Amino acid sequence: MSDHSHSTEAHKHSPQEVSKHVKIYIGVFLALLVGTVVTVGLNAVHFDSIKLTVAIALFVAVIKASLVACYFMHLISEKKMIYVILGFTAFFFVGLMFITLSAYADLPANTVTH
Amino acid sequence: MEIPFTSKPRPDTGIYNSKVGIWLFLASEVMLFGALFSAYILLRVGAPEGTWVHGLLNIPIGTFNTAVLITSSVTVVLGWASLQVGNFGRYKFYQAITILCALAFLGIKSYEYREKFLHHEVWLNHKIKVKHGHQEVETDRIIGHLEYEGHHQYFWNTKRLKGTPEEKDKDGKVIKAAVPPVESFKMIPDAFHYTMTPKELAHARKESAGVAHEEIEIKASDVKRLSAFVPSHSTYFAIYFTLTGLHGLHVLGGAIVIFYIWGPGAKMWKTDPQRYMNRVEVSGLFWHFVDLVWIFLFPVIYLL
Amino acid sequence: MQATTHTESHKGAHDAHHHHHEPGFLQKYVFSTDHKIIGIQYGLTALAFLFFGFLLMLCMRWSIAEGANAAQIKDYVIRPIPLVGGLLEKLLGDVAPKGIMSADLYNSFGAMHGTIMVFLAIVPLAFGAFGNYVVPLQIGAPDMAFPRVNMASYQFYFIGGVIMFVSFFIPGGAAQAGWTSYSPLATTIPTHGQAFWLVGMVFLISSSLLGAVNFIATIIQLRAPGMTWMRLPFFVWAQFVTGFLLLLAFPPLEAAGVMQLMDNVFGTSFFLPTGLAVGGRLADVSGGGSPLLWQHLFWFLGHPEVYVLILPGMGVVAEIIANNTRKSLWGYKSLVYSVLAIGFISFIVWAHHMYLTGMGTKISAFFQTTTMIISIPSVIILTCLFISLWGGSIRFNTPMLFALAFLPMFGIGGLTGLPLGFAAADLHLHDTYYVIAHFHYVVAPGTIFALMGGIYYWFPKMTGRFMSEFWGKVHFVGSFIFMNVVFQPMFIQGMAGMIRRMADGGLNYSTFKNPGAVGGLGADVMNMHKIILIGAVCLGLCQIPFIINLFWSIKNGKKATSDNPWGSTTLEWQTPTPPPHGNFDKEPIVVRGPYDYSLPGKDKDFTPQNQA
Ligand code: HEM
Ligand SMILES: [Cu+2]
Repeated sequence: MSDHSHSTEAHKHSPQEVSKHVKIYIGVFLALLVGTVVTVGLNAVHFDSIKLTVAIALFVAVIKASLVACYFMHLISEKKMIYVILGFTAFFFVGLMFITLSAYADLPANTVTH
Repeated sequence: MEIPFTSKPRPDTGIYNSKVGIWLFLASEVMLFGALFSAYILLRVGAPEGTWVHGLLNIPIGTFNTAVLITSSVTVVLGWASLQVGNFGRYKFYQAITILCALAFLGIKSYEYREKFLHHEVWLNHKIKVKHGHQEVETDRIIGHLEYEGHHQYFWNTKRLKGTPEEKDKDGKVIKAAVPPVESFKMIPDAFHYTMTPKELAHARKESAGVAHEEIEIKASDVKRLSAFVPSHSTYFAIYFTLTGLHGLHVLGGAIVIFYIWGPGAKMWKTDPQRYMNRVEVSGLFWHFVDLVWIFLFPVIYLL
Repeated sequence: MQATTHTESHKGAHDAHHHHHEPGFLQKYVFSTDHKIIGIQYGLTALAFLFFGFLLMLCMRWSIAEGANAAQIKDYVIRPIPLVGGLLEKLLGDVAPKGIMSADLYNSFGAMHGTIMVFLAIVPLAFGAFGNYVVPLQIGAPDMAFPRVNMASYQFYFIGGVIMFVSFFIPGGAAQAGWTSYSPLATTIPTHGQAFWLVGMVFLISSSLLGAVNFIATIIQLRAPGMTWMRLPFFVWAQFVTGFLLLLAFPPLEAAGVMQLMDNVFGTSFFLPTGLAVGGRLADVSGGGSPLLWQHLFWFLGHPEVYVLILPGMGVVAEIIANNTRKSLWGYKSLVYSVLAIGFISFIVWAHHMYLTGMGTKISAFFQTTTMIISIPSVIILTCLFISLWGGSIRFNTPMLFALAFLPMFGIGGLTGLPLGFAAADLHLHDTYYVIAHFHYVVAPGTIFALMGGIYYWFPKMTGRFMSEFWGKVHFVGSFIFMNVVFQPMFIQGMAGMIRRMADGGLNYSTFKNPGAVGGLGADVMNMHKIILIGAVCLGLCQIPFIINLFWSIKNGKKATSDNPWGSTTLEWQTPTPPPHGNFDKEPIVVRGPYDYSLPGKDKDFTPQNQA
């Protein structure tokens, strides 16, 4: 299972490029911390509508998750094959969640489900 | 025999093998946690009024743990970036922080678990008076610490009150001593209950902070059900422990892999640096995923 | 198996390869990372489980047939199982008093028959064994992308199998809630067998996930130069889609398995409703869970799983048909797009197994529609394979006979699925022997025939020798006849209202016990049980020549005179026989599609993919 690549072939980025990336990473890190504080802070406010509370919490979570996925996991500039794999996954993930939930929503009135 | 593309990317796909592997694996993980989140939503939406537990987790600690995990995620990428400019020492430093963060996260989580195991709820056969905030209310459900024979108890449940008979093996030797039934025990009640709305609960919690709680003596014969905050307490704790437990296992697994690459596996940096960097990148991808799951877990389980 | 002809053919190539020290026996055959050895390990283990699952079923069929026989005996006496009854009593105790199968034991055997056949026999054979052995060879790769993960995947499978097997012998016996393990039944039956089942499943699922990751990564990354996507043999496509099905459909079941394990071991109520009563008493659980949730998560896997069972079989059949008609497959592109379409749609049809749970009309309309749609690509595949036969000068060797039989058998299985897909028809047919007949036509004379054909077809590559043609044909003819004797009557029984999972074969609902009862099971329907039992025993007997043939031919079969004895175009035949560790003497360069048979202007009637 060995491979004959040598350090000279190793794929390295230029120092300038890397230091640019590092700045991005730190920025994302700070954004994530802020996001966490925002989520917790907003939660302490206790809006009257539970829907609004859920929507805001999930909205912030989605933003944080996208930051992690795009920058830490480099999805912002990945190869096509990875997008294809994740595209499939997203489709089935949505199918699983959405159809199951709709199946519950569509149960005849007065069905006891729990 | 050599497997191609273990370190260099394949020209037409532009990626090396283990990167394809880890993304496929993460795809399956998405489905795994997706199913658990669906279960969470269904159980929660289907829960009858007032039965869904909320507001009992320690939010400051949870927030802190979130920060710990986020920190570990950024040190992973920083470590990887250090390798890219050939700075092995700095990589070692950053990944050490990652591993420490992982351990800290698990330690804090265990502490939270312990707190829960100490907490109990009793469902009584009739209503009694307790304080919710400054108000006195009548209720047949109390949560709080449970004291028996001068000690706080863990893991108590309805069965425990009945005691258990002595167990003997075939020769009549006692292998388990009898546990006598309980006649009464004390509860040190919290001045709130999860049947309140989030707003009321937060209010009651604030009002009662720092105020000493009176103990309540409870007769076993009055108890309809007793349970610690363990998975069988309610579907909320069931999903809470399952999700965080599974997530904790992922943290542990990820930490072990990162540690292996960081310590005993680091020789490869000399022999095959590109492949070593790939390993760091791939383990990092897994780590970020674990972080990502927590980003959803935290608001869903702690806050909503 | 591999060592036998190692030294005879291509000694030079082999030696040149092994410049490092010879690995010991354990390393070479037990802890091997070579995809071919792992494939063979999978194959032998899976065949053993296939046989074991079959024996469980024979015991059950005896019990069912006794339901019909008992009517002729005073007081409805049930007789012990011949031959093995005493052994069962000795091994399992009270559940088989005097060698008679109790209903509890019937339930255990039934649940384990399904589990073993699906998760321990067919999937490992179709995906683990054939996939492992053939896919890297067909794409021109030296091995799988992650050889050690591959080994781990087999080991997980093996451990899962051991856990399942051991569960028979624990107090209370193996799981009894069917292979579908519906809650709350699965949680309330007083045996730890269910916990064993769940832990076993977690291992099997992990094994499949590792396998799937490895297969997909291998196919994406390790295709030989020139092996473009549209030059992949159809078998590889089928395995590729199968990999995705396993990868994305299994995790929800793993999640569900963990939750049910929590229910069983830690007393949670994920799938237990409020107010659940067991044995007339309120259960000591919190309640608040949803039994329907288990069914959703189970069938989210369950339906894609049936395509996991069938797609590799279709792949095998396609290879054999192309080879033995000496023609290119008709509609290669349609085949590929159909198999991809099946992959997609199979994720959104699952609740057609749940029409009777009282689901809403909108959702049920949705699932009826998707179910009808998914039958279209299946029909396209079958049609392409049929048309491929047109005008070919067919070689009727054993692999080809099995492949040919697959077509109508799978046709029957698939077409009888359509009425099940309509909620209105399914209300009557659900949970009857009709369903049993439907899916067995798909998996037994369908997939198993395809895989048998595959064994006869690739055997010369694995060993350098052929299996006996004569005994192969005996095996085929016998299997073909008795498969139909076993499963055809079940359609009739099912439509007559015979429900499944009854240890007494419906005696209590029969007109034997309730003379003149309207809607009771009549004597003719009941007596079919006896025919089925005879058919099943004969089917078992027909496998004896196969088993002997398989092992005898390793050393004594007719020698294959070349590396490519069937005159095939795909790459697995362009290696030494059997292929050494690392497979190819030199990396193949692919220049053409997979099925260039009988090209005009060539002196041979096949042109391998790596030849100009
Ligand atoms: C091609 C079109 C197919 C259609 C329309 C179809 C439809 C159905 C439906 C609606 C059911 C549920 C019946 C009931 O429980 O009442 C069912 C059961 C089943 N089918 Fe199919 N099916 C098809 C192909 C397959 C294939 C390819 C397999 C592969 C092995 C398969 C295996 C099964 C199994 C194992 C069950 C029984 C599950 C159980 O234990 O309840 N089917 N089929
Ligand atoms: Cu289905």
